[in-house]
Amino acid sequence: MKDISLHLMDIVQNSISAGADKIILRIWVEPKQDTYQENSAKISYNLCCEIIDNGRGMEPEFAKKAADPFKTTRKTRNIGMGLPLLKLSAEMAGGELILESELNKGTRIKAFFDVDSIDRIPLGDVASTVKMLVMANPDITWNIWFSSSGEEFELDTDEIKKELEDIPLNNNAVLDWIEKTVNDGIRKVFGGVLDEVR
Amino acid sequence: MKSVEELKALREKALKELSIRDNENKTRIVVGMATCGIAAGAKPVMNAFVEEVAKRNIQDVTVTMTGCVGICRLEPIADVIDSNGEKTTYVKLTPEKARRIVAEHIVNKKPVIEYTIGAAEK
Ligand SMILES: Nc1ncnc2c1ncn2[C@@H]1O[C@H](COP(=O)(O)OP(=O)(O)OP(=O)(O)O)[C@@H](O)[C@H]1O
Ligand SMILES: [Mg+2]
Repeated sequence: MKDISLHLMDIVQNSISAGADKIILRIWVEPKQDTYQENSAKISYNLCCEIIDNGRGMEPEFAKKAADPFKTTRKTRNIGMGLPLLKLSAEMAGGELILESELNKGTRIKAFFDVDSIDRIPLGDVASTVKMLVMANPDITWNIWFSSSGEEFELDTDEIKKELEDIPLNNNAVLDWIEKTVNDGIRKVFGGVLDEVR
Repeated sequence: MKSVEELKALREKALKELSIRDNENKTRIVVGMATCGIAAGAKPVMNAFVEEVAKRNIQDVTVTMTGCVGICRLEPIADVIDSNGEKTTYVKLTPEKARRIVAEHIVNKKPVIEYTIGAAEK
């Protein structure tokens, strides 16, 4: 995948297929644990993305293999490519993919990337990903959260629904507002932090 | 909070524009958003459908997506499901093709045969 917004679009399809009615998307930048020392010359950072859903989850044995179809002695033919590709993107950029899942509770997928790795894919158009996801799934509660040192942004579609009352979330003007608001949030939180955000 | 004010204004505006629409008679454009589709460019294709429908102010069409696996070598794929339930499957889409489908299939009710799965499989 070319950028993180495409991975998010893809990974969230899994949450939707798993019957989730609440999906949390979090993107943040944090200092790497091992370099977080006051006296270190240069602090390096990770770009982290997390998708948390309340869908049907996976069996523990399946969850272990889900992101890793190449390594496993898989018996099912149709293990997909979404998670392995995200894992590849993360590992190419000095990061990892972490998958936690509990049957009938939900799933948490976290991927992180070294911010400064030359192989790190850019954020891409996250705002349009959010817009399209809400447009196609207005009945899901979407919670979008960004943070970097000192700046934070949150958008929750339940709160938007409260203000809109009888107007549906997938009204065009509302969707455009969501896209613009998310874009403003990205600029506020990641401007000057990620090279690709101006 | 500024955004609450903005949402209130949005609501007022939307209420004025809201006409009684028959949701049952909507044409649906369903873009395939499984991994293969996304990697082949399904997102800009969906964007083009959305923009073209909005630009022409077409009200009785919804654009949506499915995560169901399609046919990798024919992605990006989209189904146009007319209000009578008739389904046309378009394959190997680009944003340009999407805009033409809106103009010819949605507006003029003439499917773009050359972009359909039937034509691709010949
Ligand atoms: N959030 C989730 N909740 C429940 N099951 C999940 C979730 N994410 C992944 N899975 C399981 O892991 C499998 C692998 O996911 P992956 O995204 O890699 O491939 P896929 O969705 O099957 O196909 P595709 O290649 O189109 O993504 C899924 O088929 C599903 O069974
Ligand atoms: Mg998938």
